[in-house]
Amino acid sequence: MSLLSVQGLTVKFAMRNNTVTALNDISFDIGQGERVGIVGESGAGKSITGFSILNLLSRPGYIAGGSIMFDGQDLTKLSDKQFRTIRGNRIAMIFQDPMVTLNPVLTIGQQMVEQLQAHRRVSRKDAEIIAVAKLREVYIPAPEERLKQYPHELSGGMRQRIVIAIALLLDPQLIIADEPTTALDVTIQADIMELLLELCESNNVSLILITHDLGVVSQMTQRMLVMYAGRIIETGGTREIINDPQHPYTQGLINALPQQTLPGEKLRQIPGNMPALSAIPPGCPFHPRCGYAVPTCRTVRPELRRHGGSDVACIEVERLHGTTPHKVDYA
Amino acid sequence: MSNVESNLHSQTRWQKFRASNLGYSFLSNKVAMISMAVFVAIVVMAVFAPLIAPFDPYDPRQQDIMNSEMAPIWWAGPRDFTDPQFILGTDAQGRDLWSAILYGTRLSLMIGVCAVALQAFLGISIGLISGYVGGRTDSLLMRLADIQLSFSTLMVAIIFLAVTQALFGSEVFNRYAIFFLIAVIGVSEWPQYARTVRATVLAEKKKEYVDAAQVLGFGPIRIMVRHILPNSVSPIFVISTVQVANAIISEASLSFLGLGMPVSQPSLGSLISGGFEFIFSGSWWITTIPGVVLVVLVLVINLLGDWLRDVLNPKLYKG
Amino acid sequence: MKNEMTQTPLLQIDALEKRFALDHGFLETVKLRKGRIRREKREVHAVNGLTLDIKRGEALCIVGESGCGKSTVARLVAGLLNPSNGSITYDGKRIDTLTRREMLPYRRKMQMIFQNPYASLNPRMTIEQALTEPVKHHHPDLSAQGVRDKVVEVMRSVGVDPAWAPRYPHEFSGGQRQRIAIARALTVDPEFIIADEPISALDVSIQAQVLNLMLEAQVERGLTYLFITHDLSVVQHFGTRVAVLYLGTLCELSDTATLFANPKHPYTRALLSAVPKLDDQAPNHIRLRGEIPTPIDMPQGCPFRSRCTYANDRCAVERPVPAPQPDGSLVACHAVEEDRIETV
Repeated sequence: MSLLSVQGLTVKFAMRNNTVTALNDISFDIGQGERVGIVGESGAGKSITGFSILNLLSRPGYIAGGSIMFDGQDLTKLSDKQFRTIRGNRIAMIFQDPMVTLNPVLTIGQQMVEQLQAHRRVSRKDAEIIAVAKLREVYIPAPEERLKQYPHELSGGMRQRIVIAIALLLDPQLIIADEPTTALDVTIQADIMELLLELCESNNVSLILITHDLGVVSQMTQRMLVMYAGRIIETGGTREIINDPQHPYTQGLINALPQQTLPGEKLRQIPGNMPALSAIPPGCPFHPRCGYAVPTCRTVRPELRRHGGSDVACIEVERLHGTTPHKVDYA
Repeated sequence: MSNVESNLHSQTRWQKFRASNLGYSFLSNKVAMISMAVFVAIVVMAVFAPLIAPFDPYDPRQQDIMNSEMAPIWWAGPRDFTDPQFILGTDAQGRDLWSAILYGTRLSLMIGVCAVALQAFLGISIGLISGYVGGRTDSLLMRLADIQLSFSTLMVAIIFLAVTQALFGSEVFNRYAIFFLIAVIGVSEWPQYARTVRATVLAEKKKEYVDAAQVLGFGPIRIMVRHILPNSVSPIFVISTVQVANAIISEASLSFLGLGMPVSQPSLGSLISGGFEFIFSGSWWITTIPGVVLVVLVLVINLLGDWLRDVLNPKLYKG
Repeated sequence: MKNEMTQTPLLQIDALEKRFALDHGFLETVKLRKGRIRREKREVHAVNGLTLDIKRGEALCIVGESGCGKSTVARLVAGLLNPSNGSITYDGKRIDTLTRREMLPYRRKMQMIFQNPYASLNPRMTIEQALTEPVKHHHPDLSAQGVRDKVVEVMRSVGVDPAWAPRYPHEFSGGQRQRIAIARALTVDPEFIIADEPISALDVSIQAQVLNLMLEAQVERGLTYLFITHDLSVVQHFGTRVAVLYLGTLCELSDTATLFANPKHPYTRALLSAVPKLDDQAPNHIRLRGEIPTPIDMPQGCPFRSRCTYANDRCAVERPVPAPQPDGSLVACHAVEEDRIETV
């Protein structure tokens, strides 16, 4: 049985005079210990997916339909009080900016002890011992001294390590990491990612990694979801998708990377922009930018179905393997 | 895409206003709408005072001492006289109070707006220079502002006006009282603007569009006026409302103390002051009615200012 | 090709240094240290003795992590900051000491593109105003029609429909804004463009569009680029030569192909290995030990030594100077010089 099962999740935002759909019928499963990447560009809805699992959507956003089953419980039906036993305890979240998680006026120790005591009956002393152990687990030198320090006294990489230590504090079953290294330098990013991978593997923790970086997804995850304009357009094994992407958007995303083109040649760009949530085109949301689009793409909304190594939402997927794209006139 | 475009262009101004953040919040805020209605009504009446007012309060020939202290027409006390000519009654000189209030509001508003314009001019220029140039110039100008702020407006005004009154004699003073008032209220409150503008300039100066303008070779004055100033208008707008209300109160206070407008040229303050001595002899309306007008005017301006501050503060409308 | 090599460089940066004072004003410099009151001025050493040439027609990339001083170099070259020491020479003329008015002719030749397209366009100016202003400023004698033609021409060349000119920046997406920012730089027909992380705020599919646009402009207008970035995969695609910076000092300077085929400096190697690649199955990078020293108190010797696995006693005292290598690159490393590093 899967640990987390999201079925038909739809999230809407009530705007001033209309309602926009930010997530449209999202379904996926994650098994215990499985690592899944959610990939997409800004506005694709990948962060909103993470937020809605933890019920962190703030007004005007709300879950308009679907279910989020976590270990047999439907998270969408929990009260705030019940949710508190889940959030931070059984599901932890790591944000892009460590200062979202860390309180600047409390020491690292105070924050970790508080977090522990909120969920477990432990004495202050025992809590500190656990905290030190967790800090050691994320390779923080001199952890006893760090407990007395304030977040601003630490470097960005160190802060993100501490955030990971806090996430691991209560031995969660699932970690949702939303662009955890985007704000960090590449050398630090590599360290943090390796650490996260190691910890997930050794503790058998499931991971949802939300990122725009296909390279990171490739290193970290077993399966991936590609999102576009609030929908999942392709899902399958990470290796399968990266080696043989089925959806034209996934192909475009991979081909647009500079490393996919010889130096000096023009990059293979995707024309146009991601549509705003208020102006998602009918039919396939990607059709205005797609080199394979046919007239039916404008009217028929593609459902996910198996092709190649993945499930793909494209009605023309059979045809496009073997043909070349036509030029897109994108206004 | 093209659909959206044609929609954008076919919109009227009113539709654009309704669709904007400002318009939306205005139309959904009753307090702002009522305040705006009252404010506009007062302003229109004040501006068209010469057309609306049945009498000219500046013309002594239209005043008859026999008509003095007439009560408002709805107030028929046992010892009071009323006359349907004088809707709100008359003051001690037999002047029609309704006409005097219309003209007085006009004068008060004018002094308020002109004083604030002067404050804004001084404050914005000093704030822009201070924030943009920085360094010693900034320190010097801001210390000047601190010194100016450490004297209360009324104290500076009282000293200045008392000295000028003594210096020029009350006849000359009365003739130019309006300019003295504008000058003194304008000069004493500029630091409010200077500080606000400086703070926004410091924030804007760090943005890349200012760097871009520098790289394009534009001069400092052009960058200050064409690039930074237009991006600082929201806070300027907000403090302007509050400052107009403050300036009107300052003017009224000074006139009440006898240092402002003379009785022959009634402002709201001098009307209140002129009627004050009759309040215990039963003619309450001479001082009360202009007082109510003053309170309502200042209140609606402040309510509008509060609303504007809430709308224009980006931190508030995100949540 | 040969001709290019003999030419004088378009831009010469010589022993460039920039320090920022941390303590402003007299009172902040007074500090209590071990029971005694002392005056102490702390400084951030953003750029420390950087020497670089940029040849006409090339795209020189400066790569490094946050705090390595790469943006400071861009701003120094653009004249937004004044160097604390050293000189910047453009086409044989020293430009870092010029006044704003003397600088004006160079403003036409040298333009800058910024990182954040949401901040680099004035939100209160329409696209038309933003593009017209520099044309009018630099060509006051141009007719109204001439100005309009120029604006339409640059808008077309960056792929923005000239019909959108009356709109405000907030009506555009990030990629479109960056195109407009590029258009604004092109209005004055520059020959040299400083690009400070121009694509790092954009989405992947949009990054490719903007990079292509910049490559096209380079070919069509014969531009020379100084391209600042933290993203090595972009460098491989875009740069002619690469300079790797660490704490404001040059680690390695070489042709792009040479650098990617045979990185020599230990830091360059770590940096290259840390970039996640599509065919990676797991993170496999060279681990750097230790913490990054702050640029406030610059360590003596090699700035990288606190994180370097090859550091020895000499690295702690003597600062390495960039030395030419057989393949034409410059590397500042004692370990490379002493041949202590095994080749890949």
